[in-house]
Amino acid sequence: MPILSFAWLALLFSVPLWMADLYVLHVLIVTGIFIIAAMSLNLLLGYTGQLSLGHVAFFGIGAYVSSLVSLGCQVHLLPHWQVSLAAQPVWVGMLSGVAAAGLSGFLIGKIAFKVRGAYFVIVTVSFAEVVHLVALNWVELTQGPMALNNIRPLTLSIPFLVDISFARKPASYYLVLTVALVAYVLIRRLVRSRAGRAMVALRENEPLAASVGVDVTRYLVLATVLSAAIAGAAGVLYAHYVRIVDPDIFLFIYTVIMVIMVISGGKGTLAGPIVGGLIFGLLPEVLRAFAIKPEVQWVIYGVLMVLIVYFLPEGIVPAARSAWLALARPAAWRNAPRLMR
Amino acid sequence: MTGAPAELAVDGLTVRFGGLTALDAVAFEVRAGEVLSLIGPNGAGKTSAFNAITGYIVPAAGEIRYRGTRLNGLKPSAVAALGLVRTFQKTSVFAGQTVHDNVLIGAHLRSRQRPLAILSGLPSVAREERELRQCARDILDFVGLSARSAEIAAALPYGELRLLEVAIALAARPRLLLLDEPVSGMNPVETRSFMGLLARIREQSVAVLLVEHDMNMVMGVSDRIVCLNHGRIIASGAPAEIQSNPDVIRAYLGERFMRRR
Repeated sequence: MPILSFAWLALLFSVPLWMADLYVLHVLIVTGIFIIAAMSLNLLLGYTGQLSLGHVAFFGIGAYVSSLVSLGCQVHLLPHWQVSLAAQPVWVGMLSGVAAAGLSGFLIGKIAFKVRGAYFVIVTVSFAEVVHLVALNWVELTQGPMALNNIRPLTLSIPFLVDISFARKPASYYLVLTVALVAYVLIRRLVRSRAGRAMVALRENEPLAASVGVDVTRYLVLATVLSAAIAGAAGVLYAHYVRIVDPDIFLFIYTVIMVIMVISGGKGTLAGPIVGGLIFGLLPEVLRAFAIKPEVQWVIYGVLMVLIVYFLPEGIVPAARSAWLALARPAAWRNAPRLMR
Repeated sequence: MTGAPAELAVDGLTVRFGGLTALDAVAFEVRAGEVLSLIGPNGAGKTSAFNAITGYIVPAAGEIRYRGTRLNGLKPSAVAALGLVRTFQKTSVFAGQTVHDNVLIGAHLRSRQRPLAILSGLPSVAREERELRQCARDILDFVGLSARSAEIAAALPYGELRLLEVAIALAARPRLLLLDEPVSGMNPVETRSFMGLLARIREQSVAVLLVEHDMNMVMGVSDRIVCLNHGRIIASGAPAEIQSNPDVIRAYLGERFMRRR
């Protein structure tokens, strides 16, 4: 349905043109960043079936590395041996952030190469906690709880051609939207290829997958690297948008929010994290707009979450799809494909 | 067939689980294009032999060679890449996927896509995907599951699930197919049609190592039979020899069979 896709794209790209309220734009930007992170989590949770409950670590590593490279930094590795890095252009920092997150994803994938299920969860949670402690205590590098301040926004300038600063909200919106689209396209290509099938095979039946020659570990590592790099990209965007990064970026609640977005939207579907991300990203703001007290907001948030998980255990997108199929082709409904594509 | 060279050579294969010796210095070979059956009572070590050959368990001793390549210590996926593809005793499919996608996953080894090519969306990837889909359709045709192509695997009746398992294995382009009790749970009509399928698989010059309890099928399709009992080979030879071997009859076919003769 290319027409529908174009309509969606036109809508998304036109938002800053008709939306004058900068606060709404801010909410959309932050939601968009979380949707990117949720999409990356979905690649692991939805397709390989492995729950990365420390996913925020990749997000935070992206944010910290990008900030540090763009600000420059100095550390004493040994008492008399000081390493310093001069401030680099922001785009160099951003690429370093994505690369560092991808690299840490590679390490986690390698360490976790034989662990599945609960053990994978433990490895990822521990990793996130370790990174959090490093960010908190390596004050010389990260400023610890004092936070990294004055992080510059991205500016792109090619002499006489372009000179864009992403300091303002509409520009930031376009930046986040572009990264989100790139991430979506990459994930879509991956899951619709032999690599994506290998990941689904790992989720559904690992011994059988190995019996037909799927090198399961290899594809789990590939999924972890790409997932971590995309989560890192989300963190990079976050750092240069909010322009301050402190160790609270590694809070467990952020991982939980990503998981909620993926599960409620529908894990293992391309649209799931986007739908879930829009609902749970925008919901607090919508509730606030109705002047509902914060305590009540969170109650509504929680109740809605329970209702979705209870009534639509597969998530919103698969439920909507089978409802649509039931309307369109009642006979084919019972045997309709559930997940994938 | 007896003159054909050995493709798979198993020598001195020993498998232990703690204090239990599941296989004790077992030696046999599978020759090019033949159907070799492993029979024996439950617990004789047939499935352990399968698991050891295909890399799912590590043997305590012995050597497994396929066309000169040592298989000991290889991962299951590496064994499959050499052309040895197995099925499982317990029904094993990708339950949540469509029948067609099950076979498509099975076709993993036919595919040459590299991660970077996939991520950059090269046209060669799309072309190969079309070829793989056609190939999956051909395989479903071959085993007779075309009509079920769009259904979720979990929704198939038992007999068709077993066919799907074979289809998944065939998609991996085996040169030696290892079937672990493929007709268990099938009715006689389904078994007969499965024997027809097996004959057509042989025509593709695929050798078959078969573990099966259904004696009609074993006697009907096998070129040679190896009979195991308590982890040891007690007899091997052509079906007629096995049927008349007193050890085999005592250990496996039972007294009733003996009286009937």
